Amino acid sequence: MLTQKSVWPYTFIFIVLLVLPPIMPRFYTYILAVVFVTSLLAMSLNMVVGHGGLFQFHHAVFYGVGAYTAALVITKTSLPMWTGFVSGPVIAAIVGLLIGWFCVRLTRLYFGMLQISLGSLIWAIAFRWYSLTGGDDGIHGIPMPSFLSSLTSSYYFILIVVGLCLIVLYLILKSPFGTTLRAIRDNPERCEAVGINVRRHQLVAIVIATFFAGVAGVLFVTLERSVFPDLLFWVLSLEIFIMCLLGGWFTFAGPILGAGIMVSLRTFVGIYTEYWTLILGVILILLIFFLPEGVMGYILEKVKPRATATVEEG
Amino acid sequence: MLHAEGVYKSFADFMAVNGAHLAVGKGELVAVIGPNGAGKTTLFNLITGQLRSDKGQIVFKEEDISNLPAYQICRRGIARSFQVANVFPRLTVFRNVQVSVLSQQRKSMRLFRPAQKMAVEETGRILASVGLSDKAWHTAGSLSHGDQRILEIAIALGNEPELLILDEPTAGMSPEETASTMKLIRGLADSRGLTILFCEHDMDVVFNVAQSIMVMHQGVTIMQGEPDEVRNNEQVQEAYLGAVD
Repeated sequence: MLTQKSVWPYTFIFIVLLVLPPIMPRFYTYILAVVFVTSLLAMSLNMVVGHGGLFQFHHAVFYGVGAYTAALVITKTSLPMWTGFVSGPVIAAIVGLLIGWFCVRLTRLYFGMLQISLGSLIWAIAFRWYSLTGGDDGIHGIPMPSFLSSLTSSYYFILIVVGLCLIVLYLILKSPFGTTLRAIRDNPERCEAVGINVRRHQLVAIVIATFFAGVAGVLFVTLERSVFPDLLFWVLSLEIFIMCLLGGWFTFAGPILGAGIMVSLRTFVGIYTEYWTLILGVILILLIFFLPEGVMGYILEKVKPRATATVEEG
Repeated sequence: MLHAEGVYKSFADFMAVNGAHLAVGKGELVAVIGPNGAGKTTLFNLITGQLRSDKGQIVFKEEDISNLPAYQICRRGIARSFQVANVFPRLTVFRNVQVSVLSQQRKSMRLFRPAQKMAVEETGRILASVGLSDKAWHTAGSLSHGDQRILEIAIALGNEPELLILDEPTAGMSPEETASTMKLIRGLADSRGLTILFCEHDMDVVFNVAQSIMVMHQGVTIMQGEPDEVRNNEQVQEAYLGAVD
């Protein structure tokens, strides 16, 4: 559980992030907010990939569904704005339940392939249904409540929501459910034989993960005030998968680091060349050879004398 | 306690289990023997639900369990170990057993309580009873083969089974390890009042330990009886013991 020693670094980081915006250029405030949103998205994916061992190949769909739901409720209905904020994650989780219900019946690669197919279907709807979703233009200029009027206030809103979500994810991963999920990742057959309903566990994990992906989607809308079909395109799914690998998918905080690295690369290397993915490719090759447990996995291995525990407890 | 009647299972054209009969009474130590490919492991997989039989009935405590999924069968009180060490390699030894205890206590679905403080005592007791306490914080994947086999049994004990099924518990062990493992299994049977069904290649072990022996050959049950009966049965000698010589 959270011991006093392990709480301090996180509290420190949180306080630093709280005081930064006034003394930082606007551009960096924006980039940091993007990193927070992307971190939550990567963390939610890692719950099913790193801890659950599922081939969740099209996670961006749930991010997009959360964002589109919020956007549509706010722009197309007369419901109060907060219903848009709440319905985003809820609808994302329901779509997660529906897709997951079919997917958990298949194993490994087949799970992934079916998810890509079903997810692409939803992408096609967002891309083609012009009258509802705006097609490839998306929806822009989504109005926001007054307390989210400036970039700084959005920054704080996103920081706090992401912080709360990370605490909840942490608790879930440390619970009996989280422990059992990792056991299923290691050996589903053995889990069946100790009386665990493997499919039900996997389905619950998917629903939780897609819920938080939906939260990230809503936060994206508060930051950008627009949605577009790329949010649920498979390329983004691949990117967040890479974030988990890059940061360390057997650790808790690894995906945050992975998200930070990816967003920085895209932003700062992207200034110099549009082929920034070339550099990403080289980094990935090096990573696979030298840091197979990811950057965070490597750091924890160096910091903790007993490398064995990082794998499971991190 | 457990009855299997006329159980059949085929893989494509191969009849792996071709009419198996088995009776296990409460508190008994029952062995299944037979040459390689006789269908022992397949029969165990049918009993514990890893596989589904084509025909026949498997009854546990007056309930037909032939069509239940594996996790349901486990919840009825049957736990098992596997022929190849089948543990959770990335988790610690402690967690390996804790997962099974949490499942037994129906706490696997708890989302927000820390697992660290749950089922600690029960898990510790099981680890002590099999002699793995000092290795509790090693990752299971780093254990020796023999220790992984013992851990298998510990995981099965976490379910507090009434019937424990062990698929070649001493496979790949040295003679000393075999002896100590069999001693451990006998001890568990005595202290916990467990009913144990196991299969084994080592004939000395089988005839020393088992109270009842079922002989399989090419998927068919030849007979089941007390060790002496089995030893003196002509059919068994022909089909199985003869083949060893």
